Amino acid sequence: MSPRMAKALINGLLIGGAAIAIAPLLYMVSVSFMPQGQASSLPPPVLPTHATLDNYRQLFLNAGMGRYLFNSLLISTAITVISLAFNLMAGYAFAKLEFKGRQRLFQVLLGALVIPAQVAMLPLFLLLKYMGLVNTYGAVIVPALATIFGIFLVRQYASGIPDDLMEAARIDGAGEFRIFATIVMPLLKPIMVTLAIFTFLAAWNDFMWPLIALTGQEHYTLPIALASLSREHVQDSELMMAGSVVTILPVLVLFLALQRYYLEGLLLGSVKG
Amino acid sequence: MVKRAARVLCVTLALALAGAGIAGCAKQEQGTRTLQFWTIGREGEAVAKLLPEFEAEHPGLHVEIQQLPLTAAHQKLLTAYAGDSTPDITQLGNTWIPEMVALGALEPLDARVASSKIIARDDYFPAIWSTNVIDGTLYGVPWYVDTRLLFYRKDLLAKVGYDHPPRDWTEWQAMMARLARPQGKAYGVLLPTNEFEQLLALALQQDDPLLRDDGRYGNFRSAGFKKALAFYVSMFKDQQAPMMTNVGIGNPWAAFGQGFYAFYLSGPWNIGEFRKRLPPEQQGDWGTVALPGPNGPGASNAGGSSLVIYRASKHKDDAWALIEFLSRPAIQARFYEILGDMPPRRSSWQAPALKDDDKATAFRDQLERVKPTPPVAEWERIVTEMQLVAAQAAHGDLTIDQAAEEIDRRADRLLEKRRWMLDHGHKATP
Amino acid sequence: MNTTRAAWLFVTPALIILGLFFLLPVVAALFLSVTDYDLYALADIRNLRFVALQNYWSLLQRPLFWSALGHTVYFVVVGVPLSLIASLGAAMLLNSPLARFKPFFRTALFAPVVTTVVAVAVIWRYLFNTKYGLINYVLDSIGMPTVDWLGDPHWAMPTIILFAVWKNFGYNMIIFMAGLQAIPGDLYEAARIDGASAIAQFRHITLPMLKPTMVMVSILTVSGYFQLFAEPYVMTEGGPLQSTTSVLYLMYEEGFKWWNLGSASAVAFILFVIMFAVTAAMLRLSKRGEAA
Repeated sequence: MSPRMAKALINGLLIGGAAIAIAPLLYMVSVSFMPQGQASSLPPPVLPTHATLDNYRQLFLNAGMGRYLFNSLLISTAITVISLAFNLMAGYAFAKLEFKGRQRLFQVLLGALVIPAQVAMLPLFLLLKYMGLVNTYGAVIVPALATIFGIFLVRQYASGIPDDLMEAARIDGAGEFRIFATIVMPLLKPIMVTLAIFTFLAAWNDFMWPLIALTGQEHYTLPIALASLSREHVQDSELMMAGSVVTILPVLVLFLALQRYYLEGLLLGSVKG
Repeated sequence: MVKRAARVLCVTLALALAGAGIAGCAKQEQGTRTLQFWTIGREGEAVAKLLPEFEAEHPGLHVEIQQLPLTAAHQKLLTAYAGDSTPDITQLGNTWIPEMVALGALEPLDARVASSKIIARDDYFPAIWSTNVIDGTLYGVPWYVDTRLLFYRKDLLAKVGYDHPPRDWTEWQAMMARLARPQGKAYGVLLPTNEFEQLLALALQQDDPLLRDDGRYGNFRSAGFKKALAFYVSMFKDQQAPMMTNVGIGNPWAAFGQGFYAFYLSGPWNIGEFRKRLPPEQQGDWGTVALPGPNGPGASNAGGSSLVIYRASKHKDDAWALIEFLSRPAIQARFYEILGDMPPRRSSWQAPALKDDDKATAFRDQLERVKPTPPVAEWERIVTEMQLVAAQAAHGDLTIDQAAEEIDRRADRLLEKRRWMLDHGHKATP
Repeated sequence: MNTTRAAWLFVTPALIILGLFFLLPVVAALFLSVTDYDLYALADIRNLRFVALQNYWSLLQRPLFWSALGHTVYFVVVGVPLSLIASLGAAMLLNSPLARFKPFFRTALFAPVVTTVVAVAVIWRYLFNTKYGLINYVLDSIGMPTVDWLGDPHWAMPTIILFAVWKNFGYNMIIFMAGLQAIPGDLYEAARIDGASAIAQFRHITLPMLKPTMVMVSILTVSGYFQLFAEPYVMTEGGPLQSTTSVLYLMYEEGFKWWNLGSASAVAFILFVIMFAVTAAMLRLSKRGEAA
């Protein structure tokens, strides 16, 4: 094969692959602007006959999409901010602070990594029921406030910090919290960004647990609301597409803005799964 | 780079929190009592149109509706109970009442009905009413009824030489045999294989009960059930019914209009659907008729939804006021006009929209001849299993005898706890 | 000393969360799985019975459990290799020196990974709609028979597999890209001088060098694919004829639809044991391969 042909082939395949990957997303946007009923006509329309914002209007005015968007933002933000703090502290401690049983404790955590989260779900529901947390934001937020994966990621990264930095500060009489806040945190910034995106995306896209724990629609997150709406409005493809766009857009934008960190974290996290 | 990333992140979070603030301020005004009312499926949108009148009659009372999708409703109702977040009042499929009663979740309503000026027990179709009575106590008031009967194409029947709908199984079968053209992709009847209601209706036409010994064991091995199952399966075997789920059929109304099948065993809401979806010139071509039985007009299921009040409700009197409001014949007639849900009381059927509607009268006829399903908490699961096994039999994977035995086996397993409860003096129903 | 106290203060919040909301429930699930916690027990805890291993035993006798397991295994066995092939193929294309606009293609190929399953399922359901879907329309217009994608029990799972592969392949693609970049370029150089074909280079250099990455990625993907739930929940609700009911879907229905927490916990544990056994076996096999 001549190099020119090889080049054409490789780039052609890439174009084809990229088209398969993003065409459904673009199509979704297109259908979301179609007037009601157009999506159920033959031949399947590719572009709206006349673009309309009706579907979005109906979502926010009648279907309570604003509320769900708010819930998703609130839950994902709370999880991201708090779990970031907890995971950073723990990950740093496991990497850099000596305490009895550190190794064993970390081994236990690593071992627990193989247990799928769903095993815990049924008793967790009962536990939260007795704590009075079912059908509150807390039911989704609280159990997500620390993750083994997050601790692991931070520990990996923090191991690279030279001990001298902390030792020097200790000799200067700085307390551990000050060392953490003024010396360690700035050094951990890249991993903070990475972990924050990971956590936010995971919280935003989470489906099974919110589906179980949030019984009232006033607390629904976007994916739960969308699943519920799409069971009621099977025929209203246009409306559902608009709902999907609203659900996907925030995370897609976040990813596009910060993809370098996301991809780096992905590699770091899988170095030693 | 890190700095910029951090800034992007901060801006996102700030936006999120700003959004939180706005939504927080947008919370509704306080000072009124709020009644939480859950509905299942399409009823929510329709009942929302009736509520302004109720709220006008009861100043200071606000009804908040939450619509549960049909397929997720059962799970939502149970998790809500488990999570102590039940509403004040909910719509409840009447086959789910025994389950909620077993949980002790529902408020008994006998005293309220006895002193009610609006709800008159004798005005209700007896079989429908009885689905709300568990061990002698009333837990719900029927809201609308649902039963299955035949939608049929008059013109297609005429083409094969019949000027009337079928009166019994034999005649029905003969018609389907003439209508079915497997090569030309035309069938006699549509029985979606993932819906249990059709087989259940045929089974209820038999004299044998579906469970025996006070609901301790399945009774699907009875001659009656086997007869119904054999009839059901034969329609698939003889290619009189397509082997399709209601997902697979996609648009059952269009297919009915195109003559894909001449009979459609379905429920009242489809009157409205067919009126809306079939072209005007076809409107004279279809009709409804009570379900034919083995010998003459037969029974069907006493389905439908009731309104129930949760024991945990703090607004029981208000909830009862809403039930009474929704039980008024005039309101029920309007509810029918909006949605096509048929009223459970005879006086509501006096409304012209129902009385003079030739498509609806078949239902009125059928409702005098409906039968309730066994009032056990496990019923929903049993009937689900029944349909799964029946679909296998229709597929040809099981014989009638094997299928009947298998359903019994599954039913007995599901009823094991109930047997234990009954035998050890724990009441299966509080 | 001071450091030790600080260390404990640092790890305590995370440990409390993980202990209380993860490890404790896991242990509790084990207990729950030997009881018949059900609707009646929910109403009154005195109706709870200890049933030893009966939940496990009766699960093993239930056709539905075996079919759910079968569907899950089907999903894993077909889905994982497909997904790995797609990931590796995309990674190699992106890694080729001939490829242009790499950052753009990488982002485009990766985009489905960050999307929400429920939301993209909506568009897939529409694309694969029997009547109005673009896929069937295209098939029909090129003279191919149309398929009832999500309504036919034989086609529903393949459709879900296609969806899952589309949604997930980008993730492993990134990992493979890193793996490929780590292979020294002079290996290929030497092979080319020896006159090895592209296919020979792939077989004798790329694959062996990529093995550690491959092992890790396969294990992670297998355990991820075993946890199939959201896709059938939103695309098919486990149907038609339960042909897409996965083990986790069964657990969800047992647990939260029918409220049989005892038997649902048993389902969860069986899944866990199977996942553990399969991934451990994969690890063992790959190690033996190394030793040989």
